[in-house]
Amino acid sequence: MRPDTAFRNDARAKVTGRATYADDVSFAGMLHAVPVYSEYVSAKDVRIDAAAALASPGNVRVITAADVPGSATFGQIEKDYPILVSDRIRSWGDVCAIVVADTREAAKSAAALVRITATPVKAVLTIEEALEPGAPVVPSWSDSNVVTHHRLRHGDPEPLFAGCELIIEEDFSTQAVEHAYMEPEAAVCVPRADGVVEIYGSMQHPFSTRRFTAALLGEPLSNVEVYTISVGGGFGGKDDNAAAVCARAALAARLTGRPVKMRYDREWSMRETYKRHPYRLHYKVGVSSEGRVLAVKAVMHADSGAYLSVTPWVTWRSTAQCFGPYSIDNIHADVYGVATNNIFTGAMRGFGAPQVNFAVEQLMDMIAHKLKIHPLGLRRINMVKQDSVTVTGQRMRGHTVSLEDVMNQVVHEIGYRKKYETCSFGKSETDELYGIGLAISYRGASLGAEGMDFCGCIINGQYDGSILLEAGVHENGQGSESTMAIILADELGTDRKRIRYRRSSTSSIPDGGTTVATRGTIMGGSAVVVAARQYKELLQKHLAERLRCKPEEVTFHDDRIWGLNFEYNLTWEEAMRELFLQRITPYAFGTFQAPPVSWDDTNGQGDAYFTYVYSCQAVELTVDKKTGKVRLLNIVAGHDIGKAINKAMLLGQMYGGVTQGLGMALMEDFVREGGKSACLNFDKYQIPRTTDLPEMTGIIVENHDPNSLTGAKGIGEPAIELIAPAIANAIYNATGVRYKDMPIRIRPEDLA
Amino acid sequence: MNSINVNGTDFSVKDEELELSLLDYLRERRFLTGTKNGCEKGLCGSCTVVIGGKALRACKTPVKKAVGTSVVTIEGMEGPGGELHPLQKAFMDAGAIQCGFCTPGMVMSAYALLLQNPEPSREEIRKALRGNLCRCTGYQQIIDAVELAAKIVREQAIPVEAGCER
Repeated sequence: MRPDTAFRNDARAKVTGRATYADDVSFAGMLHAVPVYSEYVSAKDVRIDAAAALASPGNVRVITAADVPGSATFGQIEKDYPILVSDRIRSWGDVCAIVVADTREAAKSAAALVRITATPVKAVLTIEEALEPGAPVVPSWSDSNVVTHHRLRHGDPEPLFAGCELIIEEDFSTQAVEHAYMEPEAAVCVPRADGVVEIYGSMQHPFSTRRFTAALLGEPLSNVEVYTISVGGGFGGKDDNAAAVCARAALAARLTGRPVKMRYDREWSMRETYKRHPYRLHYKVGVSSEGRVLAVKAVMHADSGAYLSVTPWVTWRSTAQCFGPYSIDNIHADVYGVATNNIFTGAMRGFGAPQVNFAVEQLMDMIAHKLKIHPLGLRRINMVKQDSVTVTGQRMRGHTVSLEDVMNQVVHEIGYRKKYETCSFGKSETDELYGIGLAISYRGASLGAEGMDFCGCIINGQYDGSILLEAGVHENGQGSESTMAIILADELGTDRKRIRYRRSSTSSIPDGGTTVATRGTIMGGSAVVVAARQYKELLQKHLAERLRCKPEEVTFHDDRIWGLNFEYNLTWEEAMRELFLQRITPYAFGTFQAPPVSWDDTNGQGDAYFTYVYSCQAVELTVDKKTGKVRLLNIVAGHDIGKAINKAMLLGQMYGGVTQGLGMALMEDFVREGGKSACLNFDKYQIPRTTDLPEMTGIIVENHDPNSLTGAKGIGEPAIELIAPAIANAIYNATGVRYKDMPIRIRPEDLA
Repeated sequence: MNSINVNGTDFSVKDEELELSLLDYLRERRFLTGTKNGCEKGLCGSCTVVIGGKALRACKTPVKKAVGTSVVTIEGMEGPGGELHPLQKAFMDAGAIQCGFCTPGMVMSAYALLLQNPEPSREEIRKALRGNLCRCTGYQQIIDAVELAAKIVREQAIPVEAGCER
């Protein structure tokens, strides 16, 4: 049995302050770069006057789009994001120039002297404005502000509404949310003598960073080497902009021939970087008297902001999971991404699911109350079970569909059934109103039909018995390197101490895709298993004779390599010596390809994901009648993640995900006013603190998943996607008031 | 001559260094990059250091105010032979570390707490760490770690002071 104490390969470095983050990296002769913004939200004919800046001390250089050898704009899907603005400003976060100087202070002083003038263009600031006929079109590449539209057509709901016992039609909205990773973006770029530019960056995706940088420089990918170093959190947020920060610093390094550091102030980070998509959701749901959901029509609009980023993928997940974890035979959905002049929106942990779940899991409670069916019973009637068909027409098989079991375990742990009877529903002798609420979800693991899904792993055995490991997934702080090391140690039956996770770079391992979509453990871990199997086969072949057995009889356990019986065995040191004498390289490269998925864009039908994570979260809280203040008392989170690899880290993902989710539900709001925001640091943008949180309990449900070579699925995103509706339901059960807009703001007059 | 003691060593402070924040001084003049810059406005706690037994934000502490004092940073927590402080060990064992950017500040705030209160309740730990933001962990395992460290210090009668032999 694996011990339950936490394992992290970087724990000692992080707890002693030695872990190196981008801002901790320095080189001799290093220059400092800072960005320059304008006060325009939408403007054309941009003119940049750098004369005063250039005259200020510190060997100032001002870099603009005119200095870009490659493409000043880039993007993951549409290449529309201005790494440097050319002649058109589309949002308040746009970077117009880079100022480079000997010191950061000199660069900042000079940046304040750069004058930017332009001709204002009418800005479009809400989804409604953007959809009006004749509204100014924001994107350069489209003739409409509707930048993406996904359709789902499953059965035919319209004729069924007439025969429904209950029809419920509701609107919900969600807000822009900042990732608020503790480390702001930073990059150090070094022009190397061989022509390569090296990047040490605070970014989530080395390969994405390399693409942005190579595009800006107009150079091949092989000219850019992005190193993995400690990253102070990402949560989906350190892609486009973080990559652009690296690219800008790389451009400055290229143009000056010197190492360049570009470290962001928190204010720049919050101003410039993409947020979680705000959604407007409209649902019409028809239900039978027994509580069977018979017909659903859903329309959603997501504010994409000024640039496309991954809006088509975020809204695709909202489409594929448009009615939570329920099996509905007749459902139509239309999900639109809409361009505005707001600071753009992109990937954030949860990725189009938290918004949908906020609506759907409240709708389920609303239906239950109206039909006087228990909320758990209503969920049981409609939820996906083994061999159910999802709203995309996918039959749920090939893995254990454990949603009901997960819900039951959470309900049991928190004592939901009895406590539900004691909810205040707006009536209380004291000032305190009590409520308990829950929500359930399923989440397609990894990219699904959203993208190409494969990942590689290198095992490089050393002749002294030590082993170097690297996989094509990236350590963002979540512990992926440790997870990969544990998986390899288990596969090889070795001590973890034997394995060193190699600090990889984009030049040392093939592109394994971005570390997103809860795919690190399932894709990276499976790649480790593929490579480990090849590695073991190599060793079996060349050690069988020494171990007096057939190759297939060689086994690996107890930190040794064994023959058929225990009489013959080799230490790893002896085994590697033997391979050296045979002139065999102990090396393996394995790739794992995700199992097949399918999708028909015309009707939103197909096998959207190759497996799903099943989740339930429940919360107890009180609401103060006089102040409206919510106090969280208890939270239980249960997730079927397939198999626990690193239990303490798994629980940490659950607690952290729940905490981000409850921040979104109750506190966090990246308020945009006129396309600008005052929420630029942790005074105006509040995230949860120690004292905002109750004790939490995590329940790990393990049904080993046959689609994953380790049996493990993932936890990053399931953990964040359902506490908000659980809280909203608990607040209703406490107050009798339904809050359909996030963040939830309870005014005392609501409770009068 | 102005001087400042950092992790047990005295350094003379140049006049131009008096104008720096303690955070910039530690990171850029003493190369002690374990103290992190998360917001530069005293809002996130990533730059917490301990002076005179109290947790302070290095970003909001001017060097001139720190002159003549003894500053303990995360780099000063280990013993002379690199032995981890019980708090450091407990953060590792309890799974309190994810991205690690808040970790040094958390450890320093927790250290100031243990200096004043060797047996804090979970509520007292939560209150003491209220000014330290973390976006990864949900704090639960951090609270566990501080509770565990306090228990080990009490039960094994280990000195709580930073930089001691253990």
